[in-house]
Amino acid sequence: MIRFENVTAFYENDKPVLNGVSFTEEKGETIGLIGANGAGKTTLMRTLLGLLPHEGLITVDDIPVSEKTLPEIRRKLGFVLQNSDNQMFMPTVYEDMIFGPLNYGLDREEVDARVDDVLTQLNLTELKHCYNHKLSGGEKRMAAIATILVMKPEIILMDEPTSALDPKNRRLVINTINEMPETKLISSHDLDMIWDTCDRVILLNRGTIVADGSAKDILQNKELLEDNRMELPLRFSNP
Amino acid sequence: MLAAGDSPVHKLHPSAKLVVTIAYIIITVSFSKYQLNGLLMMIIYPAFLFSSSGVTVGTCFRKLRFILPLVLAVGLFNPLFDRAAMIKIGNITVSGGTISMVTLMLKGVFCLAASFLLMATTSIDNLCAALRQFHLPPMMVSLLLLTYRYIGVMTEELSVMTDAYSLRAPGQKGIKFNAWGSFLGQLILRTMDRADELYNSMQLRGFSGSFTYADCKRFDRRDALWIVLWILLFLICRFLDIPGILGSLLLGGFS
Ligand SMILES: Nc1ncnc2c1ncn2[C@@H]1O[C@H](COP(=O)(O)OP(=O)(O)OP(=O)(O)O)[C@@H](O)[C@H]1O
Ligand SMILES: [Mg+2]
Repeated sequence: MIRFENVTAFYENDKPVLNGVSFTEEKGETIGLIGANGAGKTTLMRTLLGLLPHEGLITVDDIPVSEKTLPEIRRKLGFVLQNSDNQMFMPTVYEDMIFGPLNYGLDREEVDARVDDVLTQLNLTELKHCYNHKLSGGEKRMAAIATILVMKPEIILMDEPTSALDPKNRRLVINTINEMPETKLISSHDLDMIWDTCDRVILLNRGTIVADGSAKDILQNKELLEDNRMELPLRFSNP
Repeated sequence: MLAAGDSPVHKLHPSAKLVVTIAYIIITVSFSKYQLNGLLMMIIYPAFLFSSSGVTVGTCFRKLRFILPLVLAVGLFNPLFDRAAMIKIGNITVSGGTISMVTLMLKGVFCLAASFLLMATTSIDNLCAALRQFHLPPMMVSLLLLTYRYIGVMTEELSVMTDAYSLRAPGQKGIKFNAWGSFLGQLILRTMDRADELYNSMQLRGFSGSFTYADCKRFDRRDALWIVLWILLFLICRFLDIPGILGSLLLGGFS
């Protein structure tokens, strides 16, 4: 369970990028986080992970996010970064995938089994021993998702998971998201994907929540979306 | 990635390669400044590695082209200070300074080549695993690894930026002088940002200051043999005057 209570966050003492954000995500829920470029979606996730100082209260399973609780909090969270280049740092896909689980003290056999499971699930077995710097943009994104899934986090944060993916891989990611029972927070401009994966949507604009409700109510509300510098999902825009 | 090759040299235990490389560097540096004859024999090690690892001399020089001039510049002034005649070849006198200059340059080039060959045949992770086996503090090893990755990130950013620059400045060679300031500034900022993000990403996956290393292969007899034979050979080159012995043998044969 994630709770934000009147959270304000800053980048280096500038003006706040998140402004009085409050919401609660129950266990097992999937929330879509939408908003125009610069609305604060990435910032919200970074704040939750303790990568950015904040004011107000953020809790994960009732543990408040603070310097002291970070290891415990981060253990629960898996974060797929918007830019996969910044996510992968080991030479090969395999080495990158085992990095997290080994750090958490799992033994090698268990880790190897998990790696193979996730690679099969994501249709990536061929890339197992590839060099990260030689992957295509979309392959890199899929591999980045794999490095997070292999850690089996309780809560999954995904920042733009489908950008750079071809239609087939996009569909695969959507299906994968739908199969995962974990609590999920997904930010995206791909509103059709949000429609396919999320029951609940939070709409951000300039660092504040302007709407929080069911996907049906928000994603079909042309006026609301356009007021916040956005457009209807494709499936509703051309009748 | 050169280090991912598959030659017999690549397959040696990283510690064996590390020990031999260090021994090579120490012994090479220990030659006295006029001992050019003996020093020349030391070429045998890099020469052997180049021929058996599949790494080409060309790659080595291309990768080292920025440091090589610095190494060569070190001895440049010796001929000015040390003008005493050392040897005469025909009617050309070679001064002690010239000899010591050549010796210094060779030492530099040999040591660089040996280090390069180590890096080219051993992945950084294996190397660090070997360092850990020598009981170096984990903190130091992690620092080394992070530095190495940082340099990697920097070169990646550099190539992206030069590509972006040249695409918008067709027909221009290099980067215009007045753009250097902003170019360098951008490079540093970007590298720092990316290094930051990467470090965050490591922390988010449980990194707490020490790497869990990939399994290292076992140290076996071949590795031990590799160490003993090479060090023996280096010592022979260092303390026996092989060219001299060969010369007198030959001369002896003729007389
Ligand atoms: N490192 C930073 N330093 C200062 N300001 C930043 C930094 N990163 C982002 N910002 C600012 O914070 C605001 C929100 O950025 P954020 O990255 O959260 O947006 P976003 O909703 O994820 O946008 P996008 O859809 O483009 O990814 C932006 O106005 C941006 O200028
Ligand atoms: Mg973003």
